[in-house]
Amino acid sequence: MSKRAVGLQVIGIGKSFGHFTALKDITLDIAPGEFLTLLGPSGSGKTTFLMVLAGFQAASEGRLLSDGVDITGSRAEDRSFGMVFQGYALFPHKSVAQNIAFPLQVRGIAREDIARRVDAIIARVGLAGHENKRPAQLSGGQQQRVALARALVFEPPVLLLDEPFSALDKHLRGRMQEEVARLHGEFGTTFVFVTHDQSEALSLSSRIAIFNHGRLLQVGAPRDIYERPSSRFVAEFLGEINLLPVGGIGHCARGTSGTFEDARLTAPRHDHLDGSAVLAVRPEHMSVSAEPPAEGNGVPARLVGTTYLGSAMRLAFATRSGTPLTVTLPSVAAGHILDRGPDFWVNWSFDNGFLLPEQS
Amino acid sequence: MRNRSAFWPALALMAPLVLFLAFAYAVPFLGVALWSVTLPEPGLGQYERLVGDPLVQSAFLRTFRICLIVTVIAVACAYAVTYVWVRGTRMQRRLIEICIFVPFWISLLTRAFGWLALLSTRGIVNTSLQALGLTDGPLALVRNEPSVIAGMVHVLIPFAVLPLASAMRTVDERMLLAARGMGASRLRIFWSVFLPLTLPGVIGATLIVFVFSLGFFVTPAILGGGRSIMVAELVYLRMFQSPDWGLGAAISVALVILVAGLMGLLARFARLGLTGGGR
Ligand SMILES: Nc1ncnc2c1ncn2[C@@H]1O[C@H](COP(=O)(O)OP(=O)(O)OP(=O)(O)O)[C@@H](O)[C@H]1O
Ligand SMILES: [Mg+2]
Repeated sequence: MSKRAVGLQVIGIGKSFGHFTALKDITLDIAPGEFLTLLGPSGSGKTTFLMVLAGFQAASEGRLLSDGVDITGSRAEDRSFGMVFQGYALFPHKSVAQNIAFPLQVRGIAREDIARRVDAIIARVGLAGHENKRPAQLSGGQQQRVALARALVFEPPVLLLDEPFSALDKHLRGRMQEEVARLHGEFGTTFVFVTHDQSEALSLSSRIAIFNHGRLLQVGAPRDIYERPSSRFVAEFLGEINLLPVGGIGHCARGTSGTFEDARLTAPRHDHLDGSAVLAVRPEHMSVSAEPPAEGNGVPARLVGTTYLGSAMRLAFATRSGTPLTVTLPSVAAGHILDRGPDFWVNWSFDNGFLLPEQS
Repeated sequence: MRNRSAFWPALALMAPLVLFLAFAYAVPFLGVALWSVTLPEPGLGQYERLVGDPLVQSAFLRTFRICLIVTVIAVACAYAVTYVWVRGTRMQRRLIEICIFVPFWISLLTRAFGWLALLSTRGIVNTSLQALGLTDGPLALVRNEPSVIAGMVHVLIPFAVLPLASAMRTVDERMLLAARGMGASRLRIFWSVFLPLTLPGVIGATLIVFVFSLGFFVTPAILGGGRSIMVAELVYLRMFQSPDWGLGAAISVALVILVAGLMGLLARFARLGLTGGGR
């Protein structure tokens, strides 16, 4: 890890524009050198949060510490966090090399040093041979690399990235994701990354912070957030999920159970529920059989549609009461099931579901 | 394709304007051009005088000098004014609109006399200075080049504001934020980001102001008081005071060719700005 990476402590940060509250009471610890992704729907306050971190916008309330030092009131140019903007914000009148040299010139670094460091980072992001081009003469992926190089060349303690890949096609996106992950490893800088794309968030981050309506709903490792979302919003926002309304909540030896239609369904223990709740299960955690399962949860359902996805198959079911269920199975496994009639059992193990409060 | 099919209807719609311009400008100008080679006798004699006559030469040189100074001052002032207009607070914007665009609608003549009222021997400035006891007698503030320059700058600033404003409005805010985030001071951001990004507007404004200033007549005539004669006034004098129509016509033709050349440059530049300066 680079010795310059810092941790940020966000304490009760809020931001209002007039009467509109864009951020509300955000409290979050960003560890030195971590790769934190901010994920949330459009308008949830991700960019605003990044702007407050960078110092481009002042927080309306709360405090921001950098390795314990209060920087709430300090200016953006003094914080000097690297930032990659959506659309890159490259200087169109400067060449690639001049763009990358800019933050070093600002720091009054000696000319030879600048040349050496610019050359080094140009090689590192794979832009050798393009030094003298203008941004308009570069492809989208190359512009992206210039933006990354320009933001990293002065070894900022924190790098903020606002949807850096949104303008790239899917293939290029994948390559740039790998590149960013590699640069994160090499530079060891703390990365705070904004995206709309959940698969990007899951594959890149050490932790994900989920935003909605200016609030921070949940922070955690990708796996925790995906498998143990704390609210219905997070569960539905990240990937596909089946939600079964259950009533008559009660605790049993194996965890907590509730009734869905005629079936008693069980999930790991959840203590803060009263009366009714929803049981959430990921489609890939479910299986399909002709007979009721010997172990675990099972719900009778009728097959209403199938979608072929290549390696996997998505099966759409409806339960007796009409609740839709989606199951994804590997294509090889799905084939011989479908030949039998439309009525099946949809099954999953006790551990693979989780209960969530009905309203959240 | 689209341009082609729209060409004839567009021309038909523009026809009245084209005809008007032809009759109001082109035909009379051709007449003037004809005079320049026929009066008082056929030949290029008037153009020889144009090159040889020290009076004409000094008028051209003075015109260039004054117009250059006026252009530099007007564009620099307009840049500052436009910056506040485009990026200032609501109040500042309103104030600029009032200060810049209201005088725009007041006739040139009125504005020139306004400067006279301000600067003449019994004008507001001189009477105030004397009343305050700062000066004994009146200062010569008009009938000289500086007053002509002041009057012309005043008239020309709004013409520079518009191209500058359109250039400043296209500057991507994120680019300025990016520079700040990299630690650049405000001065640095201005010199190495904002100014270069608005340079097309500066060049456009410079050409427009310079071309307009070349043809100035009313303002220099009133504020110059016949001492620092500029080309347009010289044409007037040759036409109406010392009947020397041939020379007056030749000067006009030279001026028009000069302006046309500059306009060509401007058009070429505008085209470059459209294709290359978009980002
Ligand atoms: N300068 C501003 N003035 C007023 N409202 C603002 C301002 N900036 C942002 N907002 C509002 O704050 C909310 C959050 O905006 P923000 O740009 O942070 O969303 P976001 O999560 O980045 O969305 P997206 O994913 O679409 O980029 C929006 O409703 C937006 O309209
Ligand atoms: Mg955003």
